[in-house]
Amino acid sequence: MSYLELRDISKVYGEGAAEVRALQRVDLSVDAGSLVAVMGASGSGKSTLLTIAGSLEDPTSGEVYVGGRALSSLSRNGKAQLRRQSIGYVFQDYNLLAGLSAVENVSLPLELDGVAARKAQSAAMESLDDFGLKERASHYPDQLSGGERQRVAIARAVVGGRQLLLADEPSGALDSTNAEAVMRLILVACHRGMAAVVVTHDAQLASWADRVIFLRDGRIVDQTLPVDSPEAMLTKLPNQ
Amino acid sequence: MSVRHALLALLSEGPKYGLQLRQEFEARTGEVWPLNVGQVYTTLQRLERDGLVESEDAADEGPQKGFHITEHGEVELTKWLRTPPDFSSPPRDELVIKVLVAFELPGVDVHDLVQVHRRYLVELMQQWTRLKEDESRFDLHFALVVDAELFRLDSLIRWLDTVDGRLKRAAAGVSVPAPQSFPLPKARRKVGAPE
Ligand SMILES: Nc1ncnc2c1ncn2[C@@H]1O[C@H](COP(=O)(O)OP(=O)(O)OP(=O)(O)O)[C@@H](O)[C@H]1O
Ligand SMILES: [Mg+2]
Repeated sequence: MSYLELRDISKVYGEGAAEVRALQRVDLSVDAGSLVAVMGASGSGKSTLLTIAGSLEDPTSGEVYVGGRALSSLSRNGKAQLRRQSIGYVFQDYNLLAGLSAVENVSLPLELDGVAARKAQSAAMESLDDFGLKERASHYPDQLSGGERQRVAIARAVVGGRQLLLADEPSGALDSTNAEAVMRLILVACHRGMAAVVVTHDAQLASWADRVIFLRDGRIVDQTLPVDSPEAMLTKLPNQ
Repeated sequence: MSVRHALLALLSEGPKYGLQLRQEFEARTGEVWPLNVGQVYTTLQRLERDGLVESEDAADEGPQKGFHITEHGEVELTKWLRTPPDFSSPPRDELVIKVLVAFELPGVDVHDLVQVHRRYLVELMQQWTRLKEDESRFDLHFALVVDAELFRLDSLIRWLDTVDGRLKRAAAGVSVPAPQSFPLPKARRKVGAPE
């Protein structure tokens, strides 16, 4: 069943000569447990798609469904609650709060949502532990490497049983080993049932996805077929 | 890939039998390049002819026949390891040629063409990544082979992205004036030269 659904989404910024059609009639559905990557050139609308899917912005036309609920039917508060409870975001620049330790960063969204501090802390510790960051829990962001910060950001995005993970260039500033670690974590979250959308222009990242969508000038122009029998690749290598 | 030098490298660790060499070769290359026994023996014969290896016991011709590397072999191995493969002239890449040819053809949308190839390459990368994802088979050698393949495919996709970008800028009339007076780099003239 699809957890996220975008139906006929268009987004226009500005007016008249300054008008930009950032998205044009985009349809996309993402099942629980699956990872979709969105690729496209700079300015093709990738981030716009993600912010609309995450209810951070409203589409000009079309409807977004998250967990079966139409976003247009929710009040401002309703959307804010949905974001806190169901959606985790990961951005290129980590967005960790500098004054909070790793575990405080992860527990903050839970506490904002009214979870008791102690319970939130233990859920946050568990999430960090899952991602191999237990020893780093009391470190502040400036005491963590870029790769560790991004892993904390993912731990925060998935804590408390959220169901939708949205990531915009999640490994933009990381080397390929750390980038792979980030994608593996996102995949772990998917295997536990989260639906995830990763926006990137990096094919190596995108290749972790079940399906890759290609955007051009705000339109979906193509997508990959489901991956089947990767074993067949082994016979394709040239023999010497 | 040089089986000859790979076998030499394995023998530099100590004397080995033919079958053992085959097994170790496959393990070292992530089991990705299978090697048949016949190939191992013909290669060993040539190495012996060239004085790079010696057989342990001339009497035993069976699979138990052992080989060791000679001093000359050690020298040859070191030289081979440190000699860069020839990357100096651009290979005649079929994908590059297809796209270059398409520019000149009426009625061909190069962006669409580029996307067809991009999608195919991404699908290949998804399959390799899926193999890598399964860490139970993730031995170091296998991972390195898969990484090399992923980087190769990735570089082609980046080139396709650049084609898209350049075309878009050209269509919008944005051009960076090229300095006319510079001679073409030498490599440029080698493109498509017979291999
Ligand atoms: N708030 C805004 N106001 C006006 N135009 C905007 C706004 N946000 C995005 N745009 C425009 O919409 C288009 C799509 O932008 P978007 O950020 O979604 O691209 P992108 O694919 O994420 O690019 P990049 O890879 O560079 O991050 C661009 O032309 C951009 O200039
Ligand atoms: Mg963006």
